[in-house]
Amino acid sequence: MSIELRDVSKSFGGVSAVDRVSFAIREGELMALLGPSGGGKTTVLRMIAGLEMPSSGDVLIRGQRVNDISVQQRNIGFVFQNYALFKNMNVSKNIAFGLKIKNWKRQDIQQRIAELLQLFGLEGLEKRYPHQLSGGQRQRVAIARALAPKPSVLLLDEPFGAVDAKIRQELREWLVTLHHELNVTTVFVTHDQEEALEVSDRIVIISGGRLAQIGTPREVYDQPANEFVARFIGVMNVLETEVRGGQARVGELEFPAPDQPDGQKMRIGFRPYAVQVSSDLTAFRYHAVLRRTFFLGVLLRLELELPSGLLLRTRMTKEEYSVQGLEDGKEVSFNIKQFRVLARESSALLPENEVQYQAPPVMGEHI
Amino acid sequence: MAGALPKRNAASNVQSRRGTEESPFVKWVLISIAMSFCLVFLFVPLVNVFAQALTKGLGYYWTSLTHPDSWAAIKLTLLVGAICVPLNVVFGLAAAWAIAKFEFRGKSLLITLIDLPFSVSPVVAGLMFVVLFGLQGFFGRWLNEHEIRIIFAVPGIILATVFVTFPFVARELIPVMQSTGSEQEQAAMTLGASGWQTFWHVTLPSVKWGLLYGVILCNARAMGEFGAVSVVSGHITGLTDTMPLRVEKLYNEYNAPAAFALASLLALLALLTLVVKTFMEWRQARRYERAQHH
Repeated sequence: MSIELRDVSKSFGGVSAVDRVSFAIREGELMALLGPSGGGKTTVLRMIAGLEMPSSGDVLIRGQRVNDISVQQRNIGFVFQNYALFKNMNVSKNIAFGLKIKNWKRQDIQQRIAELLQLFGLEGLEKRYPHQLSGGQRQRVAIARALAPKPSVLLLDEPFGAVDAKIRQELREWLVTLHHELNVTTVFVTHDQEEALEVSDRIVIISGGRLAQIGTPREVYDQPANEFVARFIGVMNVLETEVRGGQARVGELEFPAPDQPDGQKMRIGFRPYAVQVSSDLTAFRYHAVLRRTFFLGVLLRLELELPSGLLLRTRMTKEEYSVQGLEDGKEVSFNIKQFRVLARESSALLPENEVQYQAPPVMGEHI
Repeated sequence: MAGALPKRNAASNVQSRRGTEESPFVKWVLISIAMSFCLVFLFVPLVNVFAQALTKGLGYYWTSLTHPDSWAAIKLTLLVGAICVPLNVVFGLAAAWAIAKFEFRGKSLLITLIDLPFSVSPVVAGLMFVVLFGLQGFFGRWLNEHEIRIIFAVPGIILATVFVTFPFVARELIPVMQSTGSEQEQAAMTLGASGWQTFWHVTLPSVKWGLLYGVILCNARAMGEFGAVSVVSGHITGLTDTMPLRVEKLYNEYNAPAAFALASLLALLALLTLVVKTFMEWRQARRYERAQHH
């Protein structure tokens, strides 16, 4: 294990920011710390770096407990949200800083700078000062500076937060490529679920200071541990149902719930893509009116209104939409291919007073 | 603030007036008030000082400056500046650092105390030291017994000057340090830099201009202080006369050309610091420009 947190908590002046978080990051992994703003993910990152000390629990880097090891001695590379480049130093000097501090030989420093400038596509900019660089260039300098002394771990705080949308996409792809080339254990903080899904090997989801789930992008998307994760990662239709005669029911919808007693409340969730829609009214068992269509590019988002007034969201390609001859106000038939029973999580973001249904999350196949 | 501010776009006067801009009339009235004020109250008197100093020719000018008593005053003034400025740099850095980077009890009290010398009349400041260290003062007896002279001697002049000048560096540094934040320093630490290395390579360069500006103001005031120094110095010719005191003395002795000669030198010293500052700003701008076109 490259990095391990064991029951780590942190409070600031009596206010708990991180609450008994444990997880492990493998050597060479690209890990995302994902969660809503103010959820404690940056605090977790700063505790790994040694910029914050845990109130309790242990932080381990390569099996060694580093709680009492200062930030200077941890051999980590840290990239700050606003990059925190040294304003009074040019690009070369920024990159050289960590090497000079560690008393590298002059020649080795020059060689390492040249190496990094080439790797990061910064050749020709070495004499520029931070204010003379674009946002994307600044970020690359910040990462080059952090990587220069060959740290065992690279930590990035919201690395794509400060650049505009188009450059962000390029930088994401670039970070993945860079990680493949260097294979240094990398942890980055983000509040953008799309970013986390696209870039990382695994995702740690943190909310309200607690660990909500850890898993690969596919795992957290397909098998969210609880309703918070389900709602935070992607779009999910969530329905409150009640069991009657082995079926969880809401409005006209029924979901098989064989072993549940009558009167049991269940929260059912399903992704938009799990809803099949047809303009042929005999194709599927349920009927609805296509209320509105939202144009998202290649995909369209459809809003279905059931006779009972329930609203469901689904997706469809532009092509299929026109093949089916769909338009707003048209009646359609539909079916729900897959659904999940959602566990309620006592997250700060969700009301806690509701019934806590702790059924094991099972995938249901339906018709 | 020190000239690190970006220059306004020179093309703006060609463009049409913006909706939020005042009418040309208001603009020109404000500009002419500011300009004529500077002309009447700064430029004309300054030129007059030099003109008066040279009424009896360059030869007399030179003799006035090299007169042993004037020369002693010049040396004393430079000594006071040379002691006060470093003391204030250390104090200013410590105070600004404490205020910008830490939260502690009594922080607002400290800020008020730093401002105190601005609000107290220099004469009162001088008197405070006389009351403390004078022969009839609080520590006077003890000092007299140990033959330590503070009042009517150089240490008193330095004490009074330090008191009067100590807000300058701190006042300039506090806003700069607050706006810089601590991220660059944290970055240095993650790269392995110790506290001292971080201070030397990151903190100090980032507050360089604020510090320089504070030093210039502090130096100008240290050399030019009259009120507080006048109370504690005792006006002993050749011993405890600083340049401003010497100027007054010469003027009262109806030796106007000599008084103006010394005054012009004092003004020149102040102008010199401004020239140094402008030169450093120019050099920095050039360095940036070179880096851009590299």
